[in-house]
Amino acid sequence: MSSLPVRETGSGPTNGALPRGSAPRGAAARLPVPRPRGPLSALLLTTLTAGPPPESADSWASPLLWAAEEAADAADDPLRDDDTQLALAVLYELHHRGVERVDDAWEWEPGLLSARRVLEVPFEAALRRRAGQPVATESDAAGFARRLFEFVADDDGPALARYLARRAGREQAREWLALRSLYQLREADPHSWALPRLAGAPKSALVEIQADEYGGGRTGRTHAELFARTLRGAGLDDRYGRYVDVAPVPVLAALNTMSFLGLHRRLRGAIIGHLAAYEMTSPIPSRLYGDGFRRLGYDTDTTLYFDEHVEADAVHEQIAARDLAGRLVEQEPGLRDDVLFGAAVCLAVEGDAAAHTLACWNEGRSALRAPLDDPEET
Amino acid sequence: MTAHDEVPRPHDDEVTLAACPDGPLLLRGPARIVDDRGRDVPRHRATVALCRCGGTAIPPWCDGTHKVNGYRSET
Repeated sequence: MSSLPVRETGSGPTNGALPRGSAPRGAAARLPVPRPRGPLSALLLTTLTAGPPPESADSWASPLLWAAEEAADAADDPLRDDDTQLALAVLYELHHRGVERVDDAWEWEPGLLSARRVLEVPFEAALRRRAGQPVATESDAAGFARRLFEFVADDDGPALARYLARRAGREQAREWLALRSLYQLREADPHSWALPRLAGAPKSALVEIQADEYGGGRTGRTHAELFARTLRGAGLDDRYGRYVDVAPVPVLAALNTMSFLGLHRRLRGAIIGHLAAYEMTSPIPSRLYGDGFRRLGYDTDTTLYFDEHVEADAVHEQIAARDLAGRLVEQEPGLRDDVLFGAAVCLAVEGDAAAHTLACWNEGRSALRAPLDDPEET
Repeated sequence: MTAHDEVPRPHDDEVTLAACPDGPLLLRGPARIVDDRGRDVPRHRATVALCRCGGTAIPPWCDGTHKVNGYRSET
């Protein structure tokens, strides 16, 4: 496999005349244009990088819709289909930081939203099949929180964390960081989409968690920035989306799950359930990750991210279960199943990504689509 | 008088300690935390979780150990 494409940075003189679709240095970096993984993602990327949306959609919207329908029909399992998952990741990225060389005006182009809808229907059905629908009878905050803790405790979770703590070599640890970087460099963002959709106690609880995720307003202390530090400490590229091309499909599916739940207001209960399960499964694995990186000789700057998460997420899991998810269900009992679905789907898709990684390593191969070929800077 | 004035609001200097069933104590507000020799323990965040099960590896903070050591609280 050839080496990975190196992203252009905006380091040259700009004279204020940046090409559309690029950002000044220090501004939010965009996703590098990924390599297509099939006919749909190829057509999508060609369309988006050809320029701003044309005045008439005649030339591109119908072909793209057909390609989306064909790709959706051809995908036996949407959660394992590289072409449609990459297409979704690109479409969702337009709502996050944007894609390099793609004009911002594409974000709300109806033709793109139609194509996304064609992919989202089978994606949601697959997520619901994969996660199942847990049940609860409690709709008071304390009772529902207890049910959530029980549900999450039943997950067989941290096998990958234990492997990283005790057995992983430096290359495996670095592979894992590269895979995590797709989400961790935008950590907390998809859950913030729930903020304007909540009111009262659950809104305050979400603000309390997210403020901490974003470093309490201190520059350089957002969890995404702490993760960038970890990447640099491990000799990896800390630029946003840099490792998209090496991410196997379960990692894209987990990433897309968050964007899907976060963008749809009707699924606000599910993105809250996702956040709760994410926080509730974080403290103990974070300690194991920290142990692993210390065992491998990485310095405190590199392990700070994990140590921070042990302490922070032990706070967040309590707020998320009781004041956020619990109070939301108390306030809107009709959202109870959605919250539980969100928790279940978080454990399912994050578990799939971890299981894929561990299975590759147990077979003695890279968990990435192409091995990291950069020499580690030590 | 607006509706806003009728809502009881916590004061900025109010300290609350919330007991999480089978879990830590959540501390909010400007409390000083001191160690056994009276020295300030630096707080890294606005809301902190204090260990109640005794099993934490990062005292006085909770690290989630209560979920695996069978800790049960009265409250």
